[in-house]
Amino acid sequence: MRPMDAIRLVSKPEPDQPPALHERAMDNLRYIRETMERSTAFTGVPGWGEVAIGGTALVATVVAATQSTFAGWLAVWIAEGLISLLIVGWSMDRKARAVNMPLMSGPGRKAIFSLSPPLIAGAVLTMVLIRARFTSAIPGAWLLLYGTGVVTGGMFSVPAVPLMGLCFMFLGAAALFAPPAFSDWFMGAGFGGLHLIFGIIIARKYGG
Amino acid sequence: MGRQSTAKQQTARRHAKATTGPQGIPDSSKSAASNLDRLIHERLRLGIISALAANESLTFSDLKNTMNTTDGNLSVHARKLEDAGYIAVTKYFEGRLPKTEYKLTAAGRRALENYLSHMETLIQQMRT
Repeated sequence: MRPMDAIRLVSKPEPDQPPALHERAMDNLRYIRETMERSTAFTGVPGWGEVAIGGTALVATVVAATQSTFAGWLAVWIAEGLISLLIVGWSMDRKARAVNMPLMSGPGRKAIFSLSPPLIAGAVLTMVLIRARFTSAIPGAWLLLYGTGVVTGGMFSVPAVPLMGLCFMFLGAAALFAPPAFSDWFMGAGFGGLHLIFGIIIARKYGG
Repeated sequence: MGRQSTAKQQTARRHAKATTGPQGIPDSSKSAASNLDRLIHERLRLGIISALAANESLTFSDLKNTMNTTDGNLSVHARKLEDAGYIAVTKYFEGRLPKTEYKLTAAGRRALENYLSHMETLIQQMRT
């Protein structure tokens, strides 16, 4: 081997360097996208949407409390759940559009994936509790599981969101141990009161 | 003779360097890289501009949390962007608390768009 060959071997990185420049450009683009997604978590949760959900939940609490059968009570809350999903979907989309960020980009996707498993678990558990004739545990289970979803989904958002989830979990745990007569109060305080309070905080602090 | 051929080789190498750039990087890529806006090429400043591009406005503490940086560092880099006219700063009081709000200006948005197109040019040229 000639001495020059040895030098060439040592200074081999030549062909590696153009891809490095290309990789840096890719890395910069990735960084820009991630920063945009991370920053919109600050404003992605629709505060006014939560206020609206809180309002409809308070109405649902009153209507459900006047139902004479469990089936009627359940139907009112299922309807409220569907209305809430529509409100949150519409308000999240509206807020995302305001900052030119597609709903299913980072924050929206993370929130949906984090919130879905506890909601599905809640639906399954509801059926099990109905079959076991232990319907008095349903409000507590709903509040607890919804709170779990909000805490996990809220990890990507403003501190007020996971805090709201913790409050839901606390209310859910309390409802499970409280006499069944207080169920409607817990439902109203959670789905109505907590959504109203935290919705106003988020809307005022994080731009809508 | 040997010395003459070495000189020729050096000249040829210099010429090659002029058309392909160091380490074989095409000249067009090199010019794209040299045209980069150095002001926003710096990581933290690029982050500030990107975060503001995705939001109507952000407060100092929002930006600090997003960028996961210190007050001093954020202030210095935000000031540079403000001096360049890329971001606009509004200071106000919320109750008794002083707040600083940042917004991306039209010049700042243009600078980010140019930067993005430079990055895309670099990537395209390296692929071809």
